[in-house]
Amino acid sequence: MAKFKGAVVVDIEHCKGCDLCVVACPTTVLALSLEANAKGYNFSHMANQEECIGCAACANVCPDACITVYKVKLA
Amino acid sequence: MNISEIINPANLVYEKPNVMNDTPMHYCPGCSHGVVHKLIGEIIGDMNMQDKTIAIAPVGCAVFAYQYLDIDWQQAAHGRAPALATAVKRLLPDRLVFTYQGDGDLAAIGTAETIHACNRGENIAIIFINNGIYGMTGGQMAPTTLLGMKSSTSPNGREVPTAGHPLNMTNLLAQLKGVCYVTRQAVHTVAAVKKTKKAIQKAFENSMQNKGTSIVEVVSTCSSGWKMTPADSNDWMVENMFPEFPMGDLKNE
Repeated sequence: MAKFKGAVVVDIEHCKGCDLCVVACPTTVLALSLEANAKGYNFSHMANQEECIGCAACANVCPDACITVYKVKLA
Repeated sequence: MNISEIINPANLVYEKPNVMNDTPMHYCPGCSHGVVHKLIGEIIGDMNMQDKTIAIAPVGCAVFAYQYLDIDWQQAAHGRAPALATAVKRLLPDRLVFTYQGDGDLAAIGTAETIHACNRGENIAIIFINNGIYGMTGGQMAPTTLLGMKSSTSPNGREVPTAGHPLNMTNLLAQLKGVCYVTRQAVHTVAAVKKTKKAIQKAFENSMQNKGTSIVEVVSTCSSGWKMTPADSNDWMVENMFPEFPMGDLKNE
């Protein structure tokens, strides 16, 4: 079992759907949405939120600084 | 555990650096510039230097860098960023002064300014974004374009008889005595991003300690110019750019 549980919040209006966070995610939590934002980009979102471990890999590689990461340690 | 319990300021592990403002960046999706801007913002925040940093914006895609990082900026004529940085650092020696330049700016039109600023050992940091192409003007061949690499002005790939070999600026600059730190990094993976952050931090510290010129080359992608997806660009960069521009420190004094 994972010792950490995380969550990411994507600023969907700033996301350009470049897919780099999806590639970087080690637990395949993120995916591009089928919906588009106001600029027409298919933004990134948590498709599989149960698996998130809060490693912040997605946020580190995000070129548009639109990912915020939260993490809690499970007792 | 419920997701709304996790999303709580007490559990925050990563957020956009405070030094960056909320202006949406004009870069293409997946552009390496954004990651490097973010790293600069994080480092300046960590060093608590936001009020004491003067950066020099180049001509090229990063010309609007002054819209994204909330520090003092000057915008130089094309390629002249190291000359302007020299003036700023000499007039205000207590400031952190760095230039942010692409390969068209630093390795083509600004070659003379770059080499002479480094040779004089000006106490500035130079961040050199090398994507092997002129991104802003439409993907033309740059001095750093790889042999055989297609661009809008080398549709059959770069050839030695007409265009010569790729110019390895960082190796050239490492020969100069005024230069104290030369490194080549990338931002395609989490590990690479962390190494680049350390390298830029070291370059900034060298500038503040008046040790000489520091150069951090960041081998980057230009997915629009290369006509690939951002993820494919990263793979292409690892496969093709890294053999010509290998990662690591070239000089550390």
